Amino acid sequence: MTGRAPRLLAGLLAACLAGSSAPAGDMLDKRSGADFMSPENRAMQADDMSNPGMFAVLDGEELWNRPEGANGRSCAGCHGEAATSMRGVATRYPAFDERSGRPIDLAGRIGECRRTRQEASPLPHESPELIALTAYVAHQSRGMPISPPQDERLAQFRENGRRLYERRIGQLDLSCASCHDARWGERLGGSVMPQGHPTAYPLYRLEWQAVGSLQRRLRNCMIGVRAEAFAFGAPELIELELYLMERAAGLTVETPGVRP
Amino acid sequence: MTRALINAPKTARRGEIIEIRAMLAHPMETGFRTGTMGKAIPRDIINRFVCTWNGEEIFSADLFPAIAANPYLAFTAVATDSGTIAFAWTGDDGETRTAETEITVT
Amino acid sequence: MRDKATTSGLRRRDLVAGGAVLALTLVAPRTARARPSLEEAIRAFTGGAAVKTGRVQLAVPPLVENGNAVGLSVKVESPMSETDHVRRIALFNEKNPQADVAVFHIGPRAGRAEVATRIRLATSQTVAAIAEMSDGSFWSHRADVIVTLAACVEDLL
Repeated sequence: MTGRAPRLLAGLLAACLAGSSAPAGDMLDKRSGADFMSPENRAMQADDMSNPGMFAVLDGEELWNRPEGANGRSCAGCHGEAATSMRGVATRYPAFDERSGRPIDLAGRIGECRRTRQEASPLPHESPELIALTAYVAHQSRGMPISPPQDERLAQFRENGRRLYERRIGQLDLSCASCHDARWGERLGGSVMPQGHPTAYPLYRLEWQAVGSLQRRLRNCMIGVRAEAFAFGAPELIELELYLMERAAGLTVETPGVRP
Repeated sequence: MTRALINAPKTARRGEIIEIRAMLAHPMETGFRTGTMGKAIPRDIINRFVCTWNGEEIFSADLFPAIAANPYLAFTAVATDSGTIAFAWTGDDGETRTAETEITVT
Repeated sequence: MRDKATTSGLRRRDLVAGGAVLALTLVAPRTARARPSLEEAIRAFTGGAAVKTGRVQLAVPPLVENGNAVGLSVKVESPMSETDHVRRIALFNEKNPQADVAVFHIGPRAGRAEVATRIRLATSQTVAAIAEMSDGSFWSHRADVIVTLAACVEDLL
């Protein structure tokens, strides 16, 4: 425990010294974070019987079919079989939300559906129920390529996401790009830095010993560089996701992923 | 909510050695961690797991906090008769949960 | 060491380090001191009987990315017959807060003496698998595992 912080600092500082001018969103050798994992952890993800993220997916299936709220409707009551109706949906999120005039992520969409269609109480960010439903819906797109919507209304938000991605933040003065564009494949402490593609969320992270969202992971990174993390659900986190998904376009959805 | 994922063949030949795998949904809280404000988080683990074949115990395990969250157990059994392979696991809370699967032996 | 230092001579970094030492002293008794050594834990399991090397094969990756879930398997050479089989397979660790990991109870109905699970390793250390045979003999295999330091942890103290 005591040895960890100095090593982290040294690693991050080394990363800090590197230039970071790789062409974002246009990586030549685009690779999922799974490619950088040990064979054991890849095997854990690949086998549904040994992937603990499957518990979230199965819980999500149960919730999908459970009537909720004042309307007493289930997700299935409107959407039917998720295997058909939700197939490919996660590849196109975040999407433009007409009501708010802003991008909305998958968990946000589920929350909106719950509020307006089911008239049910909101599920808190990162609650097991919201994670499970999101994992179940995203799982219906497993194996499909990430295909961000070419919606002009999203452009300015995506551009803001790119700015956030490239902006140096925190006491360590690092941007996302400092590590995930400029130094991917190299080590930070004992860990290999991946390219930072959100292909497998919600995912089971061994560090968490639980399934969590992309926002939880992004907040981790921000805390790691000693920056003040955006709150769960903050527009900035959704804009970042919007940019990250564009950057990851073409990679396949893995939900539920496993990561160290 | 889903409490266990069980993987065992549905059919087997008599005398065949089959592999049985179980993954249980459980945080396996070690009792060695502290939460907010430095308060110790009490231990909460599955401490015992038993597998029976038509009522006869064929495998059991005593588990400790060093077993990873969502315990994963794989073991083998000789297929003897058709019937029920049952699983029971007990937590520190004293509660026992169960799951079972059917097998046809020819 | 700390009682020799005077406040005026201390640099900020020393104070921080001193704080860390103090914090460790406060936490340590409940975790580190309480546990038996690996050898003591094995002796408790065998009742002091001799443990021979061999017949057991513990397979665990030599280097893992995160100690929270380390997959391993144990195979024991045994005919697994009524008269000659493995009764128990136990796993112990060297440096976790507690030495015990798991004890598996098997018998002739297992057909093969083979088990697999996922364990936690708090740091790089030795893991030992001990098999108790139906004739009362004990056999073992040990493996060293390096747990790499995670760079990005959620809760930085």
